[in-house]
Amino acid sequence: MDPTIILAAGVASGTVLLFAAVGEIFAERSGVINLGVEGMMLIGAVVAFGTAVATGDAWLGLVLGTLAGGLLSVLHAIVTISFRAEQVVSGLALTFLGTGLARVLGEDLSKAGAISLLPRITVPVLSSIPVIGPIFFTDQSVLVYVGFIVVPVAWYWIGRTRPGLHLRAVGENPAAADTLGVDVARLRYAYVVVGGLFAGLAGAAITLAVSPGWFGDLTTSGQGWIAVALVIFAQWSPLRAAFGAFAFAAIRRMLLDIQGPQDLFGIPNPFYHDHTLTFFLQMLPYILVILVLVAVSGEAMRKRIGAPAALGIPYVRGERGH
Amino acid sequence: MTAPAPARAPSRVRIALPWSVRLERRLETPRWLPAMTTVGAVVVALLISGVVLALAGGEPIPAFVHIVRASFGSLGVISDTLVKATPLILTGLACALAFRMRLWNIGAEGQFLMGAWGASAVVLIPIVPAGTPSIITIPLMMAAGMLAGGAYGAIPGILKAVRGVNEIIVTLMLNYVAALWIAYWVFGPWSEGGFQLTAQFPREAWLPRLSDFADAIPAFSGLTVHFGFVIALVAAVLVRFLLVRSRLGYEIRLIGDSPRAARYAGIDVARTIVIVFALSGALAGLAGMSEVSGVVHRLQLAISPGYGFTAIIVAYIAKLNPYGVVVASIAFGALILAGREIQPSGIPAMIQGILLFSLIASEVVLRYRVRVTRRVA
Repeated sequence: MDPTIILAAGVASGTVLLFAAVGEIFAERSGVINLGVEGMMLIGAVVAFGTAVATGDAWLGLVLGTLAGGLLSVLHAIVTISFRAEQVVSGLALTFLGTGLARVLGEDLSKAGAISLLPRITVPVLSSIPVIGPIFFTDQSVLVYVGFIVVPVAWYWIGRTRPGLHLRAVGENPAAADTLGVDVARLRYAYVVVGGLFAGLAGAAITLAVSPGWFGDLTTSGQGWIAVALVIFAQWSPLRAAFGAFAFAAIRRMLLDIQGPQDLFGIPNPFYHDHTLTFFLQMLPYILVILVLVAVSGEAMRKRIGAPAALGIPYVRGERGH
Repeated sequence: MTAPAPARAPSRVRIALPWSVRLERRLETPRWLPAMTTVGAVVVALLISGVVLALAGGEPIPAFVHIVRASFGSLGVISDTLVKATPLILTGLACALAFRMRLWNIGAEGQFLMGAWGASAVVLIPIVPAGTPSIITIPLMMAAGMLAGGAYGAIPGILKAVRGVNEIIVTLMLNYVAALWIAYWVFGPWSEGGFQLTAQFPREAWLPRLSDFADAIPAFSGLTVHFGFVIALVAAVLVRFLLVRSRLGYEIRLIGDSPRAARYAGIDVARTIVIVFALSGALAGLAGMSEVSGVVHRLQLAISPGYGFTAIIVAYIAKLNPYGVVVASIAFGALILAGREIQPSGIPAMIQGILLFSLIASEVVLRYRVRVTRRVA
């Protein structure tokens, strides 16, 4: 129950959620909900792990896993943007397809032995900063640092650059963006695929860095869905998403560590002495997601902020959305 | 829509195709078209699945032949297919009802588990003393299953109605919570001698099977299909009646088609959301009851191979029509039954995903006329 260890672990495993959530923010900012994050993550995870097992090269695994997630997302883009199908159902289909395909591809991988993982790095000067150093900069996977860079870049891209302005325009008012000469369909395709690449990266981060190995659907155990919830919590901001991802992962780690000691705050630890009670501990992260959504939804209603205005609505030139 | 696209400065090289594809919104949809597109989509999905199977090193045609034979080849396996179809019909109806209002209840799986738990509680707590006749025990289990599933379904309904909370996320999270809730009871208070399952229910808590009547009608011997199938068929008729003939059904359809119009018409949308979610949960809960009482006869961890998720596809393939749900459930029951023997085990899930994709992609031809025109140079 060392807070530094818990927070450092939160940063490590929160990186997975962070990648997935940032990717989904890009897609949703362009007006397309993709509920297939879980499926894309599983594909990314299995391709990355399978490649690393077959070639011994974790970096190649990372690249192919990321691309696999992007490739799967193309299906969602075609069906929702070109065919104008219901985005919610298409996303669910993507999850089914991704999960099934990942299980087919991962058929023999659960027995695979240890693989060489992505390197871990301790940043020289920064790691000696008190409190912050041991949590953020000591013995973390290289992907954690990639996450540190991705978040401000995504924030800057969306909020401060010209392409980011186009992105937001397409998500808020596609008809106006179209009038100004922005190719709505093209941008939406691009950002859905960006979302897929990030989801694939998130999956690869699980199997190559955070918790190596292939365990079928349990590899992601619903983190793709948590990432979708995180986007709502973050109100479509990468900075808030990063905070949420790290905090959520730290809480999850804390709930795991609570089961360890025999005594808790001087009284016998009920979770140590009766293991069936730990099922309630395992429920807490999911309940926490619901509670946070309830809190955020109330706030969003009051301040009238929230989702991109055209989220979920196909754009057809000359037709009004419903 | 007929005006040519405005000319633009050629900022990038574009591949000039000799024809262009345009979508024009249909004003009317021919009556025969929806059924035709569904059939077409299923055929396309099977073709794609076959190609993927072949690429994965399998033999698609023998695999499909095997699926048909293993699920419809004899009276015995047809009966087994109907057993698998039963929970799908009930959870499929649960989804169809909610989806008609554009409420995305992805939580049928969790509501199914809670229904199974509620029904089990009747005999395991126990609420009725041992030896209570079936005529009392079974209806009580049905009521408890529907109550537990309905209450669990009402949670996302209330949160959406009151606070506008995204129901997709809530129902999904509650699926995980329900699975852990079952695990607690199965590992803990209701564990049978430390195993991960409860004691077997007494015979009074079993839904009757056809094979129970084999003494009178020898042809029934070995047939596992149980009374839950009849309950499911009755539920389909009731849901159909509810949607088409009742006031609530009218409100559901109106809200589903145009929430704004419904609000102007004075419909209490929030109230309807909660009611529909509770009804949807109750149907899924009834499926859970039917499964523990008609098939497993105890509560254990793996009572569902994802019925609540397959139900989403079932509802969609049926175009949210309750009778269509029955037909689609029997087809998917066959896939689940035969799919158990198919290796690798992910293939049925993959086929389901391809099928759902193909279905929603096909809907474009329902709403739009696809025009391929020669490009004028």
